[in-house]
Amino acid sequence: MKKYLKPINLMELLRPLGQLIVFSLGSAAVLSIIVLALAIVLNNTAAGDKIFAQLKVSLFAYTVANLPQVLVDGLTLGFVYAAIALGYTMVYGVLEFINFAHSEIFAIGAFVGVEILIALQNAGLIGSGSSLFMDYVFLILAMLAGMAVAGGAAIAMERIAYRPLRNAPRLVPLISAIGVSFFLQDAIRLTESLTTGQFNRIFPTFGNFDKRITFGKIPMGAAELPFSVPIKSFIVIIAAVLMLVVLNYLVNATKVGKAIRAVAQDRATASLMGIDVNHIIAITFLIGGALGGAAGLLYALKFTRIDPYVGFYPGLKAFTAAVLGGIGNLTGALLGGIILGLLETFAGSYLSIFTMGAAGVEYKDIFAFAILILVLIFRPNGLLGENVTEKV
Amino acid sequence: MSLLSLENVHSYYGHIHALKGISLRIEKGEIVTLIGSNGAGKSTTLRTISGLIHPKRGKVSLDGKDISTMAPHLIVRAGIGHVPEGRGIFPRLTVKENLEIGAYTIDDDAEAERRMEYSFELFPRLKERLEQKGGTLSGGEQQMLAIARGLMLDPTLLMLDEPSMGLSPVMVDLVFDTIQKVNENGATILLVEQNALVALSVAHRGYVLQTGEIIISDTASNLRNDPTVQKAYLGVE
Ligand SMILES: Nc1ncnc2c1ncn2[C@@H]1O[C@H](COP(=O)(O)OP(=O)(O)OP(=O)(O)O)[C@@H](O)[C@H]1O
Ligand SMILES: [Mg+2]
Repeated sequence: MKKYLKPINLMELLRPLGQLIVFSLGSAAVLSIIVLALAIVLNNTAAGDKIFAQLKVSLFAYTVANLPQVLVDGLTLGFVYAAIALGYTMVYGVLEFINFAHSEIFAIGAFVGVEILIALQNAGLIGSGSSLFMDYVFLILAMLAGMAVAGGAAIAMERIAYRPLRNAPRLVPLISAIGVSFFLQDAIRLTESLTTGQFNRIFPTFGNFDKRITFGKIPMGAAELPFSVPIKSFIVIIAAVLMLVVLNYLVNATKVGKAIRAVAQDRATASLMGIDVNHIIAITFLIGGALGGAAGLLYALKFTRIDPYVGFYPGLKAFTAAVLGGIGNLTGALLGGIILGLLETFAGSYLSIFTMGAAGVEYKDIFAFAILILVLIFRPNGLLGENVTEKV
Repeated sequence: MSLLSLENVHSYYGHIHALKGISLRIEKGEIVTLIGSNGAGKSTTLRTISGLIHPKRGKVSLDGKDISTMAPHLIVRAGIGHVPEGRGIFPRLTVKENLEIGAYTIDDDAEAERRMEYSFELFPRLKERLEQKGGTLSGGEQQMLAIARGLMLDPTLLMLDEPSMGLSPVMVDLVFDTIQKVNENGATILLVEQNALVALSVAHRGYVLQTGEIIISDTASNLRNDPTVQKAYLGVE
């Protein structure tokens, strides 16, 4: 009976996992090769001598020994960027409009989650003496709450600030989005100042998230460098991968997802199919907002400190990732996020060593944006922009 | 009561006055055609009926109920199907997904399944191309898909905007046979055509539209013999 409709689509669950693995391994391999090649070249130059003088190892050995750590950190960051980038790209897919306020949706998710956790900590429910199981339960609840509020805020934003402008010239909603972005930053700041008296918040210390799992030691010259990954990195990676897989399934294998894609491709005809276009656009904002909110809390978990402007840089990077991958394209957002996260971490870790301190960590973003510009010169639609079949 | 009626309908695109007081009626079970030259307002009439644009003045009623201000997705649910000009195939959805979207308003899977089988009976070609993206179909195949998709929701009134456009003569015959078959199965049809000869051969009645106004309204056979129609739309000198 169900020959044409709704076969349970295992492929749609596995495909994004496969893509994630391929993209991760691919980008990791390319960047590793570049870095190792650079290390070989620089090994016998002043840069190599300097490292040797400091650590008694060759530059090449140093590079190799640090590589696993850099890769894990880069992927963690990349998945966070990918989760944010999906919000930009989904909204772009249906409305052809960049929601610049998405970075504040991210911040809202972070603040809601962190405030809940701080409240739980003050109530003595998490922190010293709480069971590990409950710590995880509360972390998940905080994340779900952050997703819900962020999703709700995204819907409200669309309803109030974008829908009335839907038939206006394209620049108008864009300006509105920038306005919403500033408004939300200050709204967060004001709310925090009034309720807690401060707007810099710290992710509470609880659970075993900061504990590091050691995978072994990597020889570095005569010494050994431990390779360990904090548990929170695993949480970030697992949560992000789960969300990406669920989102992919939702968009590609459910009725709502089909409606989202139909609205993205031809709004008028979609309405002639009985699809409530406004409803579908609201759902798109909800999904993008919830993903952004979740990413916000994951970011807070990883980097601990948040403030009302916390969304700005991750938002900008994620937007860049979305454009790099091909905006409007879900797979592209994954690829772009992974590349950007890795690139940033590679640059942050090796730039200073390779340039003998001339260009330190603070220049790491140059690479991300230089790559963006290069890619756009040669592929204006982004890396996967022409692969229209994967578009929303 | 007529199934559909338009009373003195005025529609605009910005300042362009596209429909200047259109009145027409369609009875249940009829095939009615709307003919007229380029830019006469045929597509605009269909868009006004399906709610894509709302009339500034006048009234559109379905079964006596005013639908002039209803949103398109609700008008669809009320039973009006609209196969738009240029087919409106979703290029990056597969043939199957396009058909499934056509059944969007049908909650009963078994029913949707039956309708899909019915479209394959009408157009076996579609069954062979189930997993192909809509955008990669040939023009004729897209037209078949558009019609099949329009039938998925089992409309009481099916509106077709130039279904013969871009089709080979054999396909035109097939499409018009289909239209008649669908009509015999109970659907009322509103047919917009440039190809007035074919349209008048299947329709019961017709309206002639000229720059936003209805200038003639008659039975199909009378229209075929009307000198104005012959001269302007049938190419008879
Ligand atoms: N989106 C639009 N914006 C502005 N004017 C429009 C728009 N669509 C149609 N018009 C104008 O409205 C008038 C009626 O157009 P309509 O598309 O209804 O004609 P038609 O009878 O379907 O013609 P055709 O046979 O060429 O499809 C035309 O003068 C056209 O230029
Ligand atoms: Mg037309």
